[in-house]
Amino acid sequence: MTYIYAQDLRKTYRSRSGEVHALAGLSLSVPQGTVKGLLGPNGAGKTTTVKVLNTLIEPDSGTASVAGIDVLADPGGVRRVIGASGQYAAVDENLTGLENLEMVGRLYHLGARRAKARAQELIEAFDLTDAGDRQVKGFSGGMRRRIDLACALVNTPPVLFLDEPTTGLDPRSRIGMWDVILGLVREGTTVLLTTQYLEEADYLADHISVVDHGVVIAEGTADELKAEVGGHRVVITLVHEADADTARAVLARHGSGEVRTHTSGRTLDVAVEEGPPSLQRVLAALEQASIPLHDAGIRRPTLDDVFLTLTGHDSGAENESELSA
Amino acid sequence: MTTTATPLQTREPAQDAPVGPLATWLSDGWTVTWRNLLKLRRNPEMLGFAVLQPIMFVLLFSQVYGGSIQIDGGDYTDYLMAGIFGQTVLFGSTFSGYQMAQDLKEGLIDRFRTLPMHTSAVLVGRTNADLVLNTISMVIMMLTGAVVGWRYTNGTLQFLAGVALLLLFSYAFSWVMALLGIMVRSPEVINNAAFMVLFPLTFISNAFVQASRLPGPLEFIANWNPVSALVQAARELFGNTGTVPPADTFPMQHPVLTVIGGSIVMLAVFVPLAVSRFRHVSSR
Repeated sequence: MTYIYAQDLRKTYRSRSGEVHALAGLSLSVPQGTVKGLLGPNGAGKTTTVKVLNTLIEPDSGTASVAGIDVLADPGGVRRVIGASGQYAAVDENLTGLENLEMVGRLYHLGARRAKARAQELIEAFDLTDAGDRQVKGFSGGMRRRIDLACALVNTPPVLFLDEPTTGLDPRSRIGMWDVILGLVREGTTVLLTTQYLEEADYLADHISVVDHGVVIAEGTADELKAEVGGHRVVITLVHEADADTARAVLARHGSGEVRTHTSGRTLDVAVEEGPPSLQRVLAALEQASIPLHDAGIRRPTLDDVFLTLTGHDSGAENESELSA
Repeated sequence: MTTTATPLQTREPAQDAPVGPLATWLSDGWTVTWRNLLKLRRNPEMLGFAVLQPIMFVLLFSQVYGGSIQIDGGDYTDYLMAGIFGQTVLFGSTFSGYQMAQDLKEGLIDRFRTLPMHTSAVLVGRTNADLVLNTISMVIMMLTGAVVGWRYTNGTLQFLAGVALLLLFSYAFSWVMALLGIMVRSPEVINNAAFMVLFPLTFISNAFVQASRLPGPLEFIANWNPVSALVQAARELFGNTGTVPPADTFPMQHPVLTVIGGSIVMLAVFVPLAVSRFRHVSSR
């Protein structure tokens, strides 16, 4: 059963510099109990999509529903079944963790006593017991995200929207957030997640929609998307950058498609038909040309490759855009 | 991580849970007011500024100008106080706009708007909390005024009526500022713009000097200025006018009526405007 549904959403913002088509006919559907990853660079329309589904903004045209409730006709009904967390739906820095949760509970009309009890329950479940009575402004980034997510879970919503839940977190906190999210999914929550991290979509999402310029440009599981790009890539890292031109020629001869040079200038890669034999041929040719290597290998395409192939530009995520075609 | 998504055991509302539109609206309004007051308490510098500034104004004006400004048939300190009260509630109300813009910028408005609460309660909670803040500054100012010799002379009932009038005006004006806050979106711009508009508005009025002593065009503005009406109304109710005759304009002849009518009009126009605008607002 489709639990989150959007059909042909359009939203145009007018600014002094002209019109921005934040959404240009975006459609998606998420079956109950699954995680959909919305993947795309900054400004692709991911957050706008979530905001439409969250009842925060009205699209210019198109339809959307959450848990069978029409977002435009009954926003109040939608708000009762969703939880939202992420870069926009924040927590109050001046309140303690407990107070934030209690406030949200009261605004769900749980009643003062139950709001308090639920706050305590969530604080414990999120390992924030020691910090519960401290103001959020003193929290670390990871703790802040956890309390933010906890706020979205006060009413145990069947549908959860997570907008870049781990942006800016250190790797350890990120993995902690992933565990929490996977735990929720195991218990049956339907999740729509936006991310710029391909790794995150790969890890958490059952299905991925790649978004660019306000439309979905590709859909499928991580494996399907990788298969679409196809095959393996041979990657070599040179000892001397001066050898790059010769090495590029070798790769071009044995690979298919464009040879890519990483920003370091010493690492090159190319798509190949079959991994191991191609690698052997490349290595033999480089040996013959007396080009010393730091490293060589074959790898399956990453979602970065998918992105690059689909959009002609890389994902734009910080630290992950080391490729330059 | 096993308890996070377990459904709340019982789905029927808890005994103390609000049921029905009125009860939930009141509960929401109170919850947001509580949150705003808590925030105020946690930021003593905000409260401190709101309290210290009026003390400073009372002391500076009464002590610096007190000797040089003459009021026909009265004492400058007595005359001055209603002016400072008016100025303070006016500036105090801008806090509503500043805080709405701040909450919007920080994403709290988006959080509220994804909850099944009454959206108008966010604005109600804001203006309520600011009414509390304005009341606190007012009490502090009155005490300071009493120390430098200010006295009301028309009886306690009239005095309380004057205080109520100032607070009514500040509450209504808070709604105007709250709407500006969600339209302008920038706390800094709100603060600076409010200063640029309100400062001349309070100075080209009868707040600090008799309007009749102002040069012609400014006197004309002062006699029609709503701030003058507010100050004049409070001044009359406190019995601090001296023998200065009210100018021959409607706001000066009927200041209490003007302030009550003006506040009702402000509320009638800006409450629905702010509430409807709020339903569509979201951070960028």
